[in-house]
Amino acid sequence: MNSALGVNSIRFVLLLLIQVVICSHINFLGYINPYIYIIFIFLFPIREDRLVLLLTSFLLGMFVDVFMDSGGVHAAASVFLAYARPVFLKTSFGMLYEHQSVKFSNTDLGSLITYVTLGTITHHLILFSLEVFNISSILLILKKTLFSSIFTIILCILIIVLFSRNKK
Amino acid sequence: MQQIINFVIKNKTFLLFLFLFSICLALTIQSHSYHRSKFINSANALSGGVYGTVNSIDKYFDLEQENEILAEENKRLKEQLFNSINSENNTVIDTSISKKNYRITIADVYKNSYSSTNNFLTVNKGKNDSIKQDFGVITSKGIVGIIDNTSKNYATVLSILSKKSRINVKLKNSNHIGSLTWNGKSPEFVQLIDVSKFAPVKAGDTIVTGGQSSIFPKGINIGSIESFETDISGDTYTIQVKLFNDMTNIGTVYIIENKDRDEILKLQNSSNE
Repeated sequence: MNSALGVNSIRFVLLLLIQVVICSHINFLGYINPYIYIIFIFLFPIREDRLVLLLTSFLLGMFVDVFMDSGGVHAAASVFLAYARPVFLKTSFGMLYEHQSVKFSNTDLGSLITYVTLGTITHHLILFSLEVFNISSILLILKKTLFSSIFTIILCILIIVLFSRNKK
Repeated sequence: MQQIINFVIKNKTFLLFLFLFSICLALTIQSHSYHRSKFINSANALSGGVYGTVNSIDKYFDLEQENEILAEENKRLKEQLFNSINSENNTVIDTSISKKNYRITIADVYKNSYSSTNNFLTVNKGKNDSIKQDFGVITSKGIVGIIDNTSKNYATVLSILSKKSRINVKLKNSNHIGSLTWNGKSPEFVQLIDVSKFAPVKAGDTIVTGGQSSIFPKGINIGSIESFETDISGDTYTIQVKLFNDMTNIGTVYIIENKDRDEILKLQNSSNE
């Protein structure tokens, strides 16, 4: 229990720092940035209380907002992702999730990709809708969501796979 | 009563979610109105400190470019100085004696963004350096934005690359005015709207700040006209302006305080009433 707390705290701080110092300033092709801090929400222990997940996601999003001067958009998207996480877990892992025995370090890659993809697209769609905040720019929202999602998904999968293999 | 408590306990996750989500939404909506991002901004000790550390490492990589920009500005100022001495024959206006309207502070940019729809910069000067809201921010090439929030040592700048900002500008070769806005697409181009159809608009013409805003001094370069079209009603031009500034690469900025601003605003308010 204590080690899980430690691992998650370190992950929280590290992902936040990497996000605000490096990832928010990549601006690939002018506007495409990966938002890798959501790995924290993806990998949060399943058996933990969901209230804790909601609160920590809110805090994480808020910190990112403070660094990026973006009001509350990251916090809103993170809280929504945290709340909707069980749905994504159920669709991508199926029975494994029902038995509460999902281990992110040794699931098959296909389910992991489904899980990360669903979560990322939801998160980014809310993020960019709130950021642009103008329904007439729906094309801009969709364009930003699509390209940033691709970037984020690739990075997230790489990071999750690389670091879970290490622990074996 | 019992039922209410039961209901709360049963739905506690959903209720917490609703509570947090509405806080976020409130903050988001607040941040979309001008000058309202009071609580969530990067002008605080924590984010300022982190960005400061990164900047102190980062700026060494741009030193060469920074030097070039400075040398270029130096050259231009020298040219201006020598030309004015020659043309006006010893009647040089000594700015150190005449009343100074504008105070200039130099600041380092700690954070710059240009990819979202409302962009902010963070600079390392704040209340301790008497920086206040609504001071103008420029570089040697053109304007950058307007000070939005300040803390003790840091300030955030609302970039001209923002849907919220509207800056009063004019054409350099006539006195036709318009407002500078941004459509959120490319950081190279901003849009100039509400220019009268009688204005002599030509591609390549220069756009400068108008004197009306009381934030920027008159005549600071902004950009050149790339293309233009009349809007739907046919009364005004909408002009694409290519910025002289590279908004994606800003190292050092000048913050301008207009000392007469209060007086101007007071006068304008009293004549409005």
